[in-house]
Amino acid sequence: MPRINSPAELEAFRRNLLSERDPNKTCITLCSGSACHASGSREVAASIQEEIQKHGLNAEVEFRRTGCHGFCERGPIIVIRPEEICYFQIKPEDVPEIVSETIKEKKVIERLLYTDPATNEKIVHESDIPFYKNQGRIVFGSNVSVDPKNIDDYLAICGYSALAKVLSGMTPDQVLQEVKKANLRGRGGGGFPAGTKWEGSRNAPGDVKYVIVNADEGDPGAYMDRSLLEGNPHSVLEGLTIGAYAIGSHEGYIYVRQEYPLAVENVNIAIQQAEEFGLLGKNILGSGFDFIVKVHRGAGAFVCGESTALMTALEGRAGEPRPKYVRSNVVGLWGRPSVLNNVETWANVPLIINNGADWFTQFGTDTSKGTKIFSLVGKITNTGLVEVPMGTPLRDIIYKIGGGIPGGKKFKAVQTGGPSGGCLPEELLDLPVGFDELTKAGSMMGSGGMIIMDEDTCMVDIARYFLEFLTEESCGKCVPCREGMRQMLKILTNITKGKGKDGDIELLELLSETAIEAALCALGKSSPNPFLSTLQHFREEYEAHIKEKRCPALSCKELISYYIDPDKCQACMNCLRKCPSEAITGGKRQIHVIDQEKCTKCGTCFEVCPSRFAAAKKISGEPVPPPIPEEARTIVRKSKEK
Amino acid sequence: MDKDIIDQIIDKHNCEPSYLIQVLLDIQAENNWLPREALERVAERLQVPMTRIQHIATFYKAFSLVPKGRHQIHICVGTACHVRGASRVLDTVQGLTGIEPGETDLDLKFSLETVNCLGCCALGPVVDIDGKTHGKMAPAKTADVLKNYD
Repeated sequence: MPRINSPAELEAFRRNLLSERDPNKTCITLCSGSACHASGSREVAASIQEEIQKHGLNAEVEFRRTGCHGFCERGPIIVIRPEEICYFQIKPEDVPEIVSETIKEKKVIERLLYTDPATNEKIVHESDIPFYKNQGRIVFGSNVSVDPKNIDDYLAICGYSALAKVLSGMTPDQVLQEVKKANLRGRGGGGFPAGTKWEGSRNAPGDVKYVIVNADEGDPGAYMDRSLLEGNPHSVLEGLTIGAYAIGSHEGYIYVRQEYPLAVENVNIAIQQAEEFGLLGKNILGSGFDFIVKVHRGAGAFVCGESTALMTALEGRAGEPRPKYVRSNVVGLWGRPSVLNNVETWANVPLIINNGADWFTQFGTDTSKGTKIFSLVGKITNTGLVEVPMGTPLRDIIYKIGGGIPGGKKFKAVQTGGPSGGCLPEELLDLPVGFDELTKAGSMMGSGGMIIMDEDTCMVDIARYFLEFLTEESCGKCVPCREGMRQMLKILTNITKGKGKDGDIELLELLSETAIEAALCALGKSSPNPFLSTLQHFREEYEAHIKEKRCPALSCKELISYYIDPDKCQACMNCLRKCPSEAITGGKRQIHVIDQEKCTKCGTCFEVCPSRFAAAKKISGEPVPPPIPEEARTIVRKSKEK
Repeated sequence: MDKDIIDQIIDKHNCEPSYLIQVLLDIQAENNWLPREALERVAERLQVPMTRIQHIATFYKAFSLVPKGRHQIHICVGTACHVRGASRVLDTVQGLTGIEPGETDLDLKFSLETVNCLGCCALGPVVDIDGKTHGKMAPAKTADVLKNYD
């Protein structure tokens, strides 16, 4: 591929590309993000290629492996264009039928379509499915049409046109002002205005400056940055290059978790292709601007998501944060001004440049503009990645897009903001999502994890869980974080084990206060959030654990027992056979009894007991009824049904 | 571990001390753990003190200073998997293998680790064994899956 030497050549290349592409040609796109890989999209891809070959359709049908489509619950997903027929949960054995029926005969296969649970209607087109219909996917939407390993796809959808616009007709200051005007706030969690951060670096003294992509996405239950980076890496690179131009940087870094091998692979391919095209490297698009990007893999430390820790890790040292008397945009990587933004923030930049700040600010609330991608997971019907305009109420995300709670269970809380965030109860569901709105409610935006919890989730255990996570990830540099959190975890663990005592809550509050005031970095300062927000909204659960030694959600292992109701047991042998610890005695027509000594409380009996009997029970805060005497265990059936 | 392979890895990163973590990651990927002689070679060629290498090797989770088993079990304990019962799956695996997270059994059959999020939350609770993802796990199913490895 020859280098592209000017914005005009880029435009000509794009026109030529589009003229060669027939919009009416059948194109099978298959979601090949990491989540779909886990549900078997590799095998499906192999099967599609084989079938196309077999039917001699190589010339008529294009097959494109794209990044994540977002609807991970129903993966792997196939979309057949131009008709936009959408099939879900595809297995390799479905592929022959898809090729012979849909591709050749243009017939829709009913059973592979999405069924709307509300109306029981089959939906053919992706854009009519409630999960997609209620979103606003300005950043994430391109994922479905781009093969991340092929720069042509990105160029075809006007990729790098924002970079061309910037390099050919905007001064760095104009770029900066546009981003400031758009009020783009950091999507990684802090919500710091990107324009202000850039300006600080631009005005800082020194010739060498750096721009950095933070792709060290560590929040458990959040994977939107990965999906963006592995699904549309060029959009991040384009944003980064524009940022570099604005602040006067010639070297950029992408710090990505090594646990995301596909993202590492795709971003490396993207850099290589962009360099070949002259969109990275020396004299980009003939403008005289030079910029190179290097990829660093993170070796697994949550704290490296913190800006100063990440920069220390980039220098090849242990990633410990440092106090921010001087911000890293002035003194950062190797002591130079360094702008660090999250993947999603960078990916928003080309959109702002192309469409203008006024377009961008039409989405969102007064203080939070644009959209936000959330990773909607946990006890939710439609697990996946959703992008909504800021200001969308939580209730819409959870019910309209997410489809509510599965299994007829009751909603209890939504946890946002990752380990440092908080849990919001039902009463706050009409809260519009935005940086300040969520903070005010005692949680935070964070990077966009949104974990839904139902009535079976114990809120004390959730606080303990996050504290355990943060204790393990604390780098150990400052005392309030290292020691304070350890004590908090100890107390919370005791409470979940039924060893809580009066005064524990007050002590936890005291330790929280100290961490907020005195910890060095955001990890420590925000570490009490999970505890404080659950205490604020679910205090009664703490009290039940401490005073009554009862877990209201029937979740804390030490506080519950499994018990088979002798009046309901039909001696079906299900639990008896499946119990991994052989703790259940009984037999044919012998009522089953759990030996409490042997029981490991794994819950298998509760899960396998047929719902029509519902004999296996979880109990908490009350003693287990004594087993009925052996002579009373025989079931006498009046009529033999089977 | 073969000295030539270590040298190749170091050369790939231009013997640059700031690439120390990247070098160690490649050695870890190649060898599954970081033997002492490999670290000594890295210290010598990159001209970084051994103390710093050990600081890094113990600070980051990706590194292991002891040999690993034939099969790597990664149990996702991310929040989504946690609320769906990952701790019960972890209990079962611990019970069946007799090892705790971070440990390897004496036969070098299994190494057990917990991970914070594998990013396939729709399948939770998730267990990854040697790179293969097992989704929607429950204690009984876990026992069935583990039987397939020897």
